[in-house]
Amino acid sequence: MTDLTSLTLAEARKGLADKTFTSLELTDAHLSAIEAARVLNAFVMETPDQARDMAREADAKIAKGEGGPLAGIPLGIKDLFATKGVRTTACSKILGNFVPTYESTVTSQLWRDGAVMLGKLNNDEFAMGSANETSCFGPVGNPWRREGSNTTLVPGGSSGGSASAVAALLCMGATATDTGGSIRQPAAFTATVGIKPTYGRCSRWGIVAFASSLDQAGPIARSVRDAAMLLRSMAGHDPKDTTSVDIPVPDYEAAIGKSVKGMKIGIPKEYRLDGMPAEIEKLWGEGAAWLRSAGAELVEVSLPHTKYALPAYYIVAPAEASSNLARYDGVRYGLREQGKNIIELYENTRAEGFGAEVRRRVMIGTYVLSAGYYDAYYLRAQKVRTLIKKDFEDCFAKGVDAILTPATPSAAFGIGEKGGADPVEMYLNDIFTVTVNMAGLPGIAVPAGKDPQGLPLGLQLIGRPFEEETLFSLGEVIEQAAGRFTPARWW
Amino acid sequence: MSTATHKLLKGSTGDWEMVIGMEIHAQVTSNAKLFSGASTAFGGEPNSHVSLVDVAMPGMLPVINEECVRQAVRTGLGLNAKINLRSVFDRKNYFYPDLPQGYQISQYKSPVVGEGEVLVELDGGRSVTIGIERLHIEQDPGKMLHDQSPSLSFIDFNRCGVALMEIVSKPDIRDAEQAKAYVTKLRSIMRYLGTCDGDMEKGNLRADVNVSVRKPGGPLGTRCEIKNMNSINFIGQAIEYEARRQIEIIEDGGQIEQETRRFDPDKGETRSMRSKEEAHDYRYFPDPDLLPLEFSQEFVDELKAKLPELPDQKKTRFVADFGLSAYDASVLVAERESAVFYETVLDKLANRARDGKMAANWVINELFGRLNKEGRDITDSPVNAEQLAAIIDLIGEGTISGKIAKDLFEIVWQEGGDPRALVESRGMKQVTDLSAIEKVVDDIIAANPDKAAQVKDKPQSLGWFVGQVMKASGGKANPQSVNDVLKSKLGV
Repeated sequence: MTDLTSLTLAEARKGLADKTFTSLELTDAHLSAIEAARVLNAFVMETPDQARDMAREADAKIAKGEGGPLAGIPLGIKDLFATKGVRTTACSKILGNFVPTYESTVTSQLWRDGAVMLGKLNNDEFAMGSANETSCFGPVGNPWRREGSNTTLVPGGSSGGSASAVAALLCMGATATDTGGSIRQPAAFTATVGIKPTYGRCSRWGIVAFASSLDQAGPIARSVRDAAMLLRSMAGHDPKDTTSVDIPVPDYEAAIGKSVKGMKIGIPKEYRLDGMPAEIEKLWGEGAAWLRSAGAELVEVSLPHTKYALPAYYIVAPAEASSNLARYDGVRYGLREQGKNIIELYENTRAEGFGAEVRRRVMIGTYVLSAGYYDAYYLRAQKVRTLIKKDFEDCFAKGVDAILTPATPSAAFGIGEKGGADPVEMYLNDIFTVTVNMAGLPGIAVPAGKDPQGLPLGLQLIGRPFEEETLFSLGEVIEQAAGRFTPARWW
Repeated sequence: MSTATHKLLKGSTGDWEMVIGMEIHAQVTSNAKLFSGASTAFGGEPNSHVSLVDVAMPGMLPVINEECVRQAVRTGLGLNAKINLRSVFDRKNYFYPDLPQGYQISQYKSPVVGEGEVLVELDGGRSVTIGIERLHIEQDPGKMLHDQSPSLSFIDFNRCGVALMEIVSKPDIRDAEQAKAYVTKLRSIMRYLGTCDGDMEKGNLRADVNVSVRKPGGPLGTRCEIKNMNSINFIGQAIEYEARRQIEIIEDGGQIEQETRRFDPDKGETRSMRSKEEAHDYRYFPDPDLLPLEFSQEFVDELKAKLPELPDQKKTRFVADFGLSAYDASVLVAERESAVFYETVLDKLANRARDGKMAANWVINELFGRLNKEGRDITDSPVNAEQLAAIIDLIGEGTISGKIAKDLFEIVWQEGGDPRALVESRGMKQVTDLSAIEKVVDDIIAANPDKAAQVKDKPQSLGWFVGQVMKASGGKANPQSVNDVLKSKLGV
C-alpha cells in the first residue's frame, strides 16, 4: 500500500472516484508513513482514530456519490489552526494542552469538502521563525539532505512541519500560514508547492494570530494542481473575519494548463542581490526562459522600496505580535506559573511559556509601540509599507501580470547553522517573500531546480490581488519545465 | 462657555476657580456586545454571557455590532456633535486579569464622534454651554470578584466586551454644581435617545473627573483625575474636596502632582491611586483585526431623521404651546419618564390649549410633590396620566374647584377609580346654581350685619364672606359665582 502515498492529490481523487482504493486505505498508508517518519518530527499530534473515522465517512459518501471536492483526501494541519477537540498549541509551551472547543474556518471548510485529518503539524512557535527551530516540540527534519551528507537540514519555517510532511509523503497536502514567507520559504526548501493567497482570501478565524495584518493561510502541496484544489476549499469570505473579502472563489484548478501566452512577467531588478549565489541567479534565468518559451513576455521592472521591506516587516510584525500574544497570560487557559501576586504570575507564566525568539519579538514589538518611539518606528514602518504596496501597484499598472523572483536566497541549511549569533542572519531568509505580505499580494513558490549539492530550490511568482489563477497557470508552466522532485528516503 | 456665574472657592490668598473636565463612560443599550454576539443582560450567573471572543480564545476575531455604532451616532447627534464618517479602532494595551485580550479595543486618534456641545441648566434660570471634545466606542472589561475566597480572586466576564461610549467634555466646567448638572443632562439626553439607560447603580454610567484650580482667569493648574464615580452626588463631593485639597497644597507652597485618585464616599475624600510616573504606556495602535469604521452621510441622515424629540426641543415646545415657564418646562423634561407622563396627560385632556399649563402645575406640584414625599417613582405613580387628566378636565370645565380637586386627587391616590364617577357618587360637584348660592349668601349677610356694614369701607373683608360661603357650601360653591353674588348683594 505504500505507493498510495506517492500519488498526487489529483491522482488520489481519481483513484477514489474510480474505486481503485478507498479513503481508509489511502489514510492508513499515510498513517503508516507518519509512524515510520517520526524522526522527522513533522507531526506534533497524530490523530489516527479520527483520521480513520473521517476516512470511513468519506468512503460512505463517495459510495453514494456525495463526496465533496476533497472527499477522502488525508491532510496534515499546521498546529496554528484550532481543531475542535484536538490539542492546538501553536507549538508553544504557553498553550500547554489547550484543546479548542471550536474549529477554524479554513479547516472546517476542508472537512466540509470531505478531507481527512491525519494530525497536527509542527511549526515555529507562534509561526515565528524561518527554520522550524523555535517549536517547543523541537526542530523538524527536512526529508532532503545534501548529496553524500547525513546532516539533517531544516525544512524552513514557520510551516516546517507542513512542508516536511508533504515532501516526505506523509500527507497529501497540508495547511500552512504565511506572515513573511512561512509557506513559500519551506515549500522552496522541500521541493513542494506553497501558495500564500491575497490577504483576505482565507478567513483567519480560528488561526492562532501572529501578525494580524500579514497572516494568511494557504496550502502546501505536492503539485501546482494540488495546491489549486486545496486553496479552493480553504478560501472564501467569512463573516467572522471582517478582513476576509467577499468575492467569489474561482475554480482554481481550471487555471491549470491555461495558456500564459502574452502574459507580461516582471523581473524586479532590486531582487538581484549583491553576492547572490550563482545557482539562484541561474535558476531565476531558467524560470524566465521557461515562461518566455511558453509565450510570456519578460520585462525588467523596478520595485524601488524593496530594501526597506525587511526592516519595516520586523517592526510591523513584532508590534502586532506583542499585542496579539498578550492574551497568553496564565489567567484563563494554557500554562500558569504561580506567583506571589498577579504581576509575578504574568512574569513567571510568560517567561516560562514563551521561547527565546517569541520573547525577543514581543520585546521588539513592545518597544516600537511605546510612547516616544511609535512615530519613529511603527508609524514610519507603516509608511514604508504603503510605499512597498505602491511599488507593486505601479508595476501592475504598467500591464505586468506577475512578477518572477527567487523564493529564497539559498537552499536549506543545517539545524542550528543560522541565526545563533545574529537573529538577522535568520531573518534574511525572508528577503524575497516579506514584500508580498507587506503588500497583501498573492505569492506562490514552485520547485524549479536543485543547487550543486542536490538541494531543491524554488521560484516565486507574485500576482495581482485576488488573481491567484494567474499564479497557478504560470506555476504549472514552471512545474512542467522543471519536473517534480522527490527526496530519497533515509528515515 | 456662557457667562453664567460659578462658584469660586476662598483660600487664604483669595479666590480660586475650578477647571473641570469629565469623561463619562456610558454603557450602550444593545442586546449583544460590541464585538461578539454574547448577551449584555445584567444580573446573569457569573460567566453565563460570555463568548469565545469575549475571553480572547486563540484565533478569535472581533466583529463590530452595527447597532452599537448606530447608538453612538445617535448619541453624537443628540450632543449636536460632528459625526465622523470614518473612524478607527485602536488597541489600548495593558495587562489586567479582567481584560482577556491584554488590550481594550477603543478609539484613540479617530473617534466616531467629534466636537459638540450641551446646554446645561442651573438653578435660578442660569445655564451654561459645555463643549464636547469627542465620543468614542470601546469595550468594557470584566469584573474582578475579590470576596469569594480568602486566597483567590475570581473574574466574571459577563460584562466583558459590552459596548461603552466614552464622552469627553472640554474643560469648560467651573464648579461642582455645573458638573452635576452636566452629568444629569447627558444622562437625560441618552435616556431620551434610548442609547444608555443611565443606571448609575449598576455602573452603566460612570464618570472620571479631571479637576484643577487656578486664580480666576489665570493659567491652568495641574490636574488630578478622580476615577470611576457612579453617583452624581459623589461627583459633587469629590470635586469640592479635591479642589480644596489642591488649593491647600498650593497655598502651603506645594505643587500639585498629576495623578489618578479615587473618591472614598465613606470618608468624603479623594486618595491617590497612582502617580504620573506609574501611568501605563498603553502602546495604542490601530487594531489590525478590524477595518476602519466607515459609513455614509445617508446612514447618519437616516438616524437623524428618526431621532426622538430631545429635552431641549421639548422644553421649547412646552413653553411656546402651553405658556409654561422655562423653569416648569425644564422640570418636566429633565427625566424622559416625567415628560412622557406629562404628554400623556396632555393627550387625554379635553382642552389642552386651555388646561395645558394647569396640567403642568398639577404634575409638578401635586403629583411630583406627593411622589417625592413617598419616595416613589413616576413610573409607579398610583394616579395615572388618564386619571390626572380627568381631574384637570373637571377643574377646567368648572365642575369642581381647585380645592375640591385636591381632595379628589387624594381619593384617587388612595383608592383609585374614575375621577368623574367619584365626583358624581360622592357629591363633590361644584354648585353653580345662582339661586342656591344667593340663599347661602343672604343667610350669612343676615347673620353678620356688622361685618356687612363694614365691607364698603374695608373691601378686603369681602374675602371673609367668600370663606364663610364656601365653608357653608362644603367647598362646592363656584368661587367666581360666590364672589359675584357677594359683590352685588353687599354693593361693593
